[in-house]
Amino acid sequence: MPDDRAACDRRKFLHDLAKLPCATLLLGVVGPLETLATETEEGEEYYAMGIQVDRCIGCGLCVQACKTENDVPQEPYFFRTWVEHYEIHDDGSATVESPEGGIHGFPPGDDDRDVLRSFFVPKLCNQCDNPPCVQVCPVGATFKTEDGVVLVDQDYCIGCRYCIQACPYGARYLDPRTKTADKCTFCYHRITKGLLPACVEVCPTQARVFGELGTRSSPLHRMKRQDSLHVLKPSLNTEPKVLYANLDGEVR
Amino acid sequence: MRVGKIPGQVVRLAIVLIASLVVLLLVRARFVPESFGETGHYRADVVPAIAAQPIRYAGMQACAECHDDVAEVKASSYHRGLTCEGCHGAAADHVEDPVEATPAVPSGRESCLRCHEYLGARPTGFPQIIETIHNPMEPCAGCHDPHEPTPPAVPGECSACHRAIASTKSVSHHWSLDCETCHLTPQKHRENPRAHLPEKPVAREFCGRCHDRAAESAATVPRVDMADHGGRYPCWQCHYPHDPEGHS
Ligand code: HEC
Ligand code: HEC
Ligand code: HEC
Ligand code: HEC
Ligand code: HEC
Ligand code: HEC
Ligand code: HEC
Ligand code: HEC
Repeated sequence: MPDDRAACDRRKFLHDLAKLPCATLLLGVVGPLETLATETEEGEEYYAMGIQVDRCIGCGLCVQACKTENDVPQEPYFFRTWVEHYEIHDDGSATVESPEGGIHGFPPGDDDRDVLRSFFVPKLCNQCDNPPCVQVCPVGATFKTEDGVVLVDQDYCIGCRYCIQACPYGARYLDPRTKTADKCTFCYHRITKGLLPACVEVCPTQARVFGELGTRSSPLHRMKRQDSLHVLKPSLNTEPKVLYANLDGEVR
Repeated sequence: MRVGKIPGQVVRLAIVLIASLVVLLLVRARFVPESFGETGHYRADVVPAIAAQPIRYAGMQACAECHDDVAEVKASSYHRGLTCEGCHGAAADHVEDPVEATPAVPSGRESCLRCHEYLGARPTGFPQIIETIHNPMEPCAGCHDPHEPTPPAVPGECSACHRAIASTKSVSHHWSLDCETCHLTPQKHRENPRAHLPEKPVAREFCGRCHDRAAESAATVPRVDMADHGGRYPCWQCHYPHDPEGHS
């Protein structure tokens, strides 16, 4: 009965075909569940930085300390952290400047009449929990550690610059000496020894605070209790771990 | 090529497959670095390597171990929130070898102005000065200990700063007159003298208040005829007001 067999095979074939999307669907559900499970485990050692914008006096010591501590090229285009000076004008427009990243502080400017308000905003790599730079790296040279810090493997980076393009915060640069990508590490070599990142260490007004997200006794936790927190470019869904308190709506 | 009942084309296919698998594994072994993928899509070995980078900033606790005197003074001052290395620069090498490597000791006014020069963008309430009028030329450390910068007590007496004038006046005919009878002095002049100068008499009539024939001053005050005494010159052209002489 050749006809019968053919019919039977077709049914089996259709059956199998139906299983396929089911399996994919199942995998799709189980996959995220797995990552969810690991995320809740992270808790304790999940580093983050808080920036209380209304405390920053624009002295630029953080920029200087960062360059020294991390041997960042001295030329004024390479920064792992920098400070921006915002001026919001009467007509609602904003000017942002950062002379040499603010490394020497800010010069006393001629106070423009039409300035509504002005303030300083320290910036750095946001150590995204969902980092676009890691996603685009073709070789796995940039990655997120188990404690949530995004790092670059200098020996493995091929210098393709995809990550520099992908970073929405402009936090990466190509080190002209090694021709590899580089950026803020939260001073990984310090925090793993129980020290503070250099920028936090030297900040005279405690505008920068650092700690573990899960630890209740960290200064970060206190800041979270007191202020409403914002992140930069929340719509991009990068889930930054640099949290800003008292951030002006104009800050991008 | 036929192994047992397996058809030749299947065997050939299997050989190709196995060969490419071997090549793939070889290539993988050659190019995928050790420890790649152990904890994620990266070389696990690089994490401890990055963590081993040397430290330049020793941190404040380290300084306090030897400089406990400075640390103690600073801890209860306006500068308590500052770290030593914010002003003295990275000093981990100094902690390693305190004598060979000495940290920078800032001098000059710039090091303070980085934080204290007036800028509109600084938070309100943060203590700021205007460099050009806050005791220009003088080093800040002359009046403010950098480790305990509490402003020096503001002198209340004019004589604290104008000693010569005060002592001259005290033995002159004008000894009984208070400085402020003739100089209306803003309080700020005591804190920041050059930025807030007192007033000085500008016209002859000022002295006439006491010395005019019609003045309502004490009878003992000598009188002159304001209209023709001394011509039209200001009185202090001939009489030094802090030590006036009435007899030639
Ligand atoms: C192990 C002890 C020790 C530690 C820790 C230490 N110092 Fe010192 N420091 C010394 C000694 C000793 C001298 C005097 C060196 C000399 O006169 O040659 C000194 C001198 C100094 C001076 C004056 C240098 C000069 O030229 O007059 C400064 C500033 C200073 N230390 C800052 C620091 C800072 C900032 C730290 C923390 C990062 C620190 N020290 C940690 C022992 C220490
Ligand atoms: C606001 C900036 C600032 C901070 C913060 C600071 N210093 Fe100083 N320090 C100075 C200046 C400026 C001098 C030079 C004083 C002078 O010229 O009289 C100095 C001098 C010194 C000296 C030289 C000896 C002396 O007493 O004159 C030592 C040692 C020293 N500092 C240690 C420390 C230590 C330790 C800390 C942290 C506890 C610290 N400093 C914090 C600015 C600072
Ligand atoms: C890194 C930034 C920084 C530097 C550099 C610095 N200061 Fe300060 N200063 C501060 C901070 C922060 C305060 C505390 C402000 C507060 O209490 O809100 C302060 C407070 C003061 C005060 C007390 C003002 C008051 O409230 O009456 C004086 C005076 C002062 N500093 C003088 C100096 C002098 C002099 C120097 C240079 C030797 C100096 N500062 C260097 C950050 C700095
Ligand atoms: C001749 C002594 C003298 C010198 C030099 C001096 N100051 Fe002062 N400073 C004072 C006195 C007095 C006050 C308190 C009165 C006042 O607020 O102006 C003061 C106040 C301050 C304040 C507090 C201002 C406020 O609004 O609370 C700061 C900050 C300050 N000085 C910083 C500096 C700095 C920075 C320098 C060096 C560029 C400097 N001073 C040089 C005498 C001095
Ligand atoms: C903190 C020190 C200080 C104190 C206290 C002080 N002065 Fe002065 N005074 C100065 C200085 C500095 C000048 C500027 C001198 C110069 O420019 O050569 C000055 C200038 C003056 C002048 C000249 C103004 C001009 O236009 O040339 C007069 C008048 C004067 N003071 C009166 C007084 C009187 C009155 C008092 C007491 C109520 C007083 N001062 C207290 C420091 C002080
Ligand atoms: C009788 C009024 C009178 C009294 C009292 C007086 N002054 Fe004067 N003072 C003057 C006059 C007028 C001048 C302007 C002199 C000139 O322009 O040549 C002057 C000038 C000054 C000057 C600036 C010129 C100079 O001589 O250095 C200072 C400083 C000054 N007075 C301080 C004082 C102080 C301090 C006292 C109190 C101890 C005092 N004066 C008391 C009238 C007075
Ligand atoms: C051109 C110089 C000159 C000027 C200007 C001048 N005087 Fe005199 N004044 C003198 C001389 C000289 C004497 C000494 C009297 C004499 O020998 O006649 C004197 C004496 C006095 C006496 C003492 C008189 C007595 O009887 O003891 C008084 C008071 C006096 N002057 C006030 C003033 C007053 C107030 C002014 C401003 C309105 C003034 N003088 C302007 C030169 C001047
Ligand atoms: C507040 C009143 C008052 C003012 C204003 C005043 N004086 Fe006098 N003056 C006196 C008194 C009081 C005497 C001292 C009288 C005595 O010796 O008993 C005197 C004495 C004098 C004498 C005479 C000194 C002597 O040898 O007898 C002269 C000259 C003089 N004043 C000049 C001036 C001049 C110039 C001015 C304006 C800058 C001036 N006075 C402003 C109150 C004043």
